[in-house]
Amino acid sequence: MLGKITERLFFICATISATITVLIFGFMVFLGLPLIKGGQFFHLLTQPWLPDHNLYGIYPMVMGTVFIASLGVVLAFPLSIGCASLISVIDGGIFSRILRRVVQMMTGIPTVIYGFVGLFLLVPFVRELFMGGSGMCVLSASIMLAILVAPTMILFFVDSFESVPKSYMQAVDSLGGSKVQKLIYIVIPGSWSGIMTGLVLSLGRAFGDTLIALMIAGNAVQAPSSLLDSARTLTAHIALVIASDYESLEFKSIFACGIVLYVFTTLLVVLVRSFGYASRRNNE
Amino acid sequence: MSRSLEITITGCSWLCGIVLLGAVSTVIGYLLFKGFGTLGPQLLFGSVNPLEALLFKKQVFDGLFPAVVGTLLLVILSVGIAIPIGMTSGVYMAEYANGSVKKIFSLLFDILASIPSIVIGLFGFALAVFLHRHFSEKIYPSLLISSLALAFLVLPYIIRTTQIALETLPRETRLTALALGATKLQNIIYVLIPKSLSGIISGVILAIGRCAEDTAVIMLTGVVASAGVPKSLLANYEALPFYIYYISSQYMNEEELSSGYGAAIVLLGICAVLFLFAFMIQKGLAYRALYRA
Repeated sequence: MLGKITERLFFICATISATITVLIFGFMVFLGLPLIKGGQFFHLLTQPWLPDHNLYGIYPMVMGTVFIASLGVVLAFPLSIGCASLISVIDGGIFSRILRRVVQMMTGIPTVIYGFVGLFLLVPFVRELFMGGSGMCVLSASIMLAILVAPTMILFFVDSFESVPKSYMQAVDSLGGSKVQKLIYIVIPGSWSGIMTGLVLSLGRAFGDTLIALMIAGNAVQAPSSLLDSARTLTAHIALVIASDYESLEFKSIFACGIVLYVFTTLLVVLVRSFGYASRRNNE
Repeated sequence: MSRSLEITITGCSWLCGIVLLGAVSTVIGYLLFKGFGTLGPQLLFGSVNPLEALLFKKQVFDGLFPAVVGTLLLVILSVGIAIPIGMTSGVYMAEYANGSVKKIFSLLFDILASIPSIVIGLFGFALAVFLHRHFSEKIYPSLLISSLALAFLVLPYIIRTTQIALETLPRETRLTALALGATKLQNIIYVLIPKSLSGIISGVILAIGRCAEDTAVIMLTGVVASAGVPKSLLANYEALPFYIYYISSQYMNEEELSSGYGAAIVLLGICAVLFLFAFMIQKGLAYRALYRA
């Protein structure tokens, strides 16, 4: 009897948790409805942002997000592969143990701190280096973002590198293969699904990050055309517009941003699940 | 594979390691260098006597004290909301759910875990507006709404760590009590949960860290730059990460900016301590310290 009641209770709690996921999407769609109704939703994604002409398209923000997030991941990827190879294959000594600890610790550094240091250290540096502009640009934001997502990627790569069967490694050793040969011919090809999973997860993290882009990308509403252009991401747009009038179309547009972010991260989750990669680690 | 290519690859991977270490030590070193001078009771309490501030006798206007209190309250409330729901959901997922229900729930929790925090913040804001219109005029974006939204943010962490901690228990542990005639519920409460406690607790600590550092959720749901220590759940409040963000864009003079560096060091310190705790628990150190002393 008691068992039945508690099972019910556990089920209800799990249902509440699951409902929240659905509820968030429901709220976004419901509040963005005035924009979606006229079949305008896809127009919004391609229209420019011109409040004076009553155009509230989020195309510039979509492009800003795509540029900053993908550049961040592109910068972080080789760095992460290098670090992960060093930790699990090339160096088995004290340095790799230290590096592993540092990377684990980096996952706990608050985003706002990367933004803060980026603003006062990296932005002036970029400004001096390229002689012009404010230094708040796609490049600065991507570099900071790369440092933010690298630990996630590295831990994933290390995890998948180390799940390559020990016997394969011993086979290479007994054939007289070097560490680099082991890495290139056995470890990397053998952990393909782990690498893809890590890559997609970090793309999701880069896509959804708010503070770094908000603090150091400059927030200009324009589709960036060069690395030194200022840009605004979807996430930063939500943070900046939230203060405006409830009923305005401008305000409603942030729910369109929310929908885009939600749908995109959901697609990434489905993609990751299709790789079928099972982590050996309990948690990050 | 040629010798020179091998050397290049080895060199590149060392370079990556050094670049990463260099980057993170630059970030932390820069903060310490700029903000070390501001550390001290002055940074927290300003010109007010620390004892009087701690007893809430006097308001602190020129220190971080209200922001630290705000962050603490936020963590306690949101983790307090997330733990009961999250743990029971995790137990359900590990011990009861099966078939398509488990698959669907698991997909939904994965999605919840990946939703950007600003979208959760936007949901919290929309929820506040909804409750204000249909439920009570008194509800605005406030400490309560922020805690709820943060609880939603960390819920999937707690569910997942609970579920995984339970699922990875060895079969013998799982079957012994049942063989002795215990019911499924007794087995869960007296054997499985205590045995997987270290995994669950380290998940909770990671959730605490997430609540303490998140800025995007709270900036949409009621945090303000200056509110003092919050008087009720429905009041605005201050928080450390938002303070750092606010200072970076609105500082008036060097003194304010240096308090921003100080706040960044304090926040970093809090997160480092939490991380260390989670790490020790995973290594079983804290378990020994807590139960065998």
